Amino acid sequence: MTWSESKQEKVLTIVCKHEKRQTRLLQILREVQEEFHCVPRYAIEIVAAELGLSRTKVEGVVQFYSLLSLEQQGRFHILFSDSITDQFQGSRKLMDYMSAKLGVKPGQTRSDGKVSLGFTSCTGLCDQGPAGLVNGHWISRLNESQIDRIVDMVEREVPVSSWPLEFFHVEDNIQIPGLLLQSPIEQGEALKQSVRQGFDEIFIEVTRSGLRGRGGAGFEAAWKWRFCAEGPEDYSGLSLVGRNERYVVCNADEGEPGTFKDRILLNSNAHQVIEGMTVCAGVVGAKQGFIYLRGEYYRLRPKLEAILANRRANNLLGKSILGRNGFDFDIEIHMGAGAYVCGEESALIESLEGKRGVPRVRPPYPIDRGYLDQPTVVNNVETFAAVAAIAAYGGAWFATHGTEKSKGSKIISISGDCERPGIYEYDFGISIAEILMDCGAENTLAVQVGGPSGGVISGKEYHRKLAFEDLGTGGSFMIFNKKRDILEIVRNFTHFFAHESCGFCTPCRVGTTLLKNQVDKICDGHSTALDLVGLTSLAKFIKTASHCGLGQSAANPVLGSLSHFPQAYKDRFKDVVFEPGFDLDESLETARQMSLRDDPWAHLEQ
Amino acid sequence: MAEKLKIATTSLGGCFGCHMSFLDIDERIVDLVDIFQFDRSPLTDIKHCSEYVDVGLIEGGVCNSENVHTLREFRKSCKVLVAVGACAINGGLPAMRNFVPLEECLAESYLTGEGIVNPQIPSDVELPLLLDKVHPIHELVKVDYFLPGCPPSGNAFWRFLTDLAAGQTPTLPYGLVHYD
Repeated sequence: MTWSESKQEKVLTIVCKHEKRQTRLLQILREVQEEFHCVPRYAIEIVAAELGLSRTKVEGVVQFYSLLSLEQQGRFHILFSDSITDQFQGSRKLMDYMSAKLGVKPGQTRSDGKVSLGFTSCTGLCDQGPAGLVNGHWISRLNESQIDRIVDMVEREVPVSSWPLEFFHVEDNIQIPGLLLQSPIEQGEALKQSVRQGFDEIFIEVTRSGLRGRGGAGFEAAWKWRFCAEGPEDYSGLSLVGRNERYVVCNADEGEPGTFKDRILLNSNAHQVIEGMTVCAGVVGAKQGFIYLRGEYYRLRPKLEAILANRRANNLLGKSILGRNGFDFDIEIHMGAGAYVCGEESALIESLEGKRGVPRVRPPYPIDRGYLDQPTVVNNVETFAAVAAIAAYGGAWFATHGTEKSKGSKIISISGDCERPGIYEYDFGISIAEILMDCGAENTLAVQVGGPSGGVISGKEYHRKLAFEDLGTGGSFMIFNKKRDILEIVRNFTHFFAHESCGFCTPCRVGTTLLKNQVDKICDGHSTALDLVGLTSLAKFIKTASHCGLGQSAANPVLGSLSHFPQAYKDRFKDVVFEPGFDLDESLETARQMSLRDDPWAHLEQ
Repeated sequence: MAEKLKIATTSLGGCFGCHMSFLDIDERIVDLVDIFQFDRSPLTDIKHCSEYVDVGLIEGGVCNSENVHTLREFRKSCKVLVAVGACAINGGLPAMRNFVPLEECLAESYLTGEGIVNPQIPSDVELPLLLDKVHPIHELVKVDYFLPGCPPSGNAFWRFLTDLAAGQTPTLPYGLVHYD
């Protein structure tokens, strides 16, 4: 069987639209997926041939990203967020409900090809869950009656573009605005100031502000920029005439479960974020920038494209920005495709180049050799928003807020057991207790600061402060009350890491799965004190032996809960030396049935 | 002279390659029997473990109900239980069937496969039933040591057992766990 010409034509059109560039591979495959509800084998061959890549390279990329699929998916592809906060809001039950109504199981496509169901790690709607995605579009606050309506529209094959808009309604949900959200800049304000003062002066302002990266690691922004601006040429003594290109990348791959502050910034403050990128470009001398937008934030894309176009029209992007000769900068949006690890900056750059998002060996760091091996600044969405404000209002304005080592403010996304989940912005140095009070959290068992890769804290530590020198966070702040089972939370996080491990290094690829199995064993009530010994040494091994931050933090939920809630583990232990983690007698069932046996020798004790 | 240490060995879902490699200690087996007395083992054809055994070496993973009983007997009798070789440690080659549902495995072998005469699933109380998945032994019982290799070399066996007999925690230098 060969492929019809019209289908081949469609693939070719997509490839040509992206000028047959290898760096656009992921973008091409996303569009193919959208067109065919999978990436067909024939399409892989066409794409590989046109881009001059091997078929396996292309297929490897398809297999890496969870939003791409070799298997045929339904014309309606519905994903439920499997984040712990969605689970606690009843997402699993709703999935069962929908699955029964549609007659298709999660992970499968119905035989008529109309609909497929599945789970995805986190959709960034934790404050208005249970949430999910329909053909890439957000759906929030799901309940049974809403699912009834969705099922009805699916059965009648109403195209998603004609669904009532209320289904896709997503609120910003800003509860307490602070330094940045209270004083957004006027469009162009920061750039005008920069052109007036000169970028050297602006760099000094950014240095003065003490701004540290908002993605979580907290590297000082000005340092990053300086290294990128100076670049490898200076070390090797090359003349500035043969300068490398510079790139500015905005990391909008907000994949940490429980984080959704970038969603708000990109929805309502995108001008400011883009302006921050443009200021950075002026400082480091970049001509090209990228916004790496996570696949789940697909719905934000048209709005961002419109803002980019508007800024080009207003000479805030493009050639000779604000009439300054030689100040050329433009921005492309790259969509991710469902890979948490791409939030790591070197994996993100690999993905930008159209490859599998496998973290690079560092050094060299992206500031030396980033996108296409050229010096590249990668900063978080919130960092760029802060940069624009600093350029407009000055470094001193920023530095008067926060603590000695953590200047300015932090936007946090609060989800879980509290009365008012949503976006809160505080000056650094605020205590956890104050935050809990503000959002109306009561009977709090634990707070997960910084998402699954961050840390868990319990009651005796609520005096601790949000700051890089105490509790750092990329923005995730999940609250769990005393009705919650801490081990279920650990189980969810551990499954998350096993699912998101990129598979490159063995300690993480194998370790996260072993960890998942061990935690399952404990949760299923098959564990003994002995299992804890193995679990602890496994966790420590994964933490120390893994290649990148994902693996190094994959055991944090286990290690953190072990130190804060050891009793939760002990309560589950059986009073025997050892027990298998699976139902031994049940595992003989198939053989029993096929050999028609039920004698005493055909059974095993646990 | 002090009483000899008792050692028992068995192969569950294994190929006996680890046992063969054990015999690669060659003439050192004469020294070994000065220290160890062989209990249940294919080498002695003793069918069950004594009440008290010092060291049990297990080759192979757990594939069927008989393997489970054997493994449990070893665990009960042996003070120190050792998972020997890739199959005992990870399930090894037999565990490759874990990717195929057991129904399909049995059907292919006994019902639908090519050249099958009188197709039927064997059924007799004397035949062990297959588990739906092959498991490494540490998923069924507590294991004290893991002796890696496919198979572990004769020198690795020698080092391991002499360390143990000397009352030391067995350690394998890099050369004994370096395979290519």
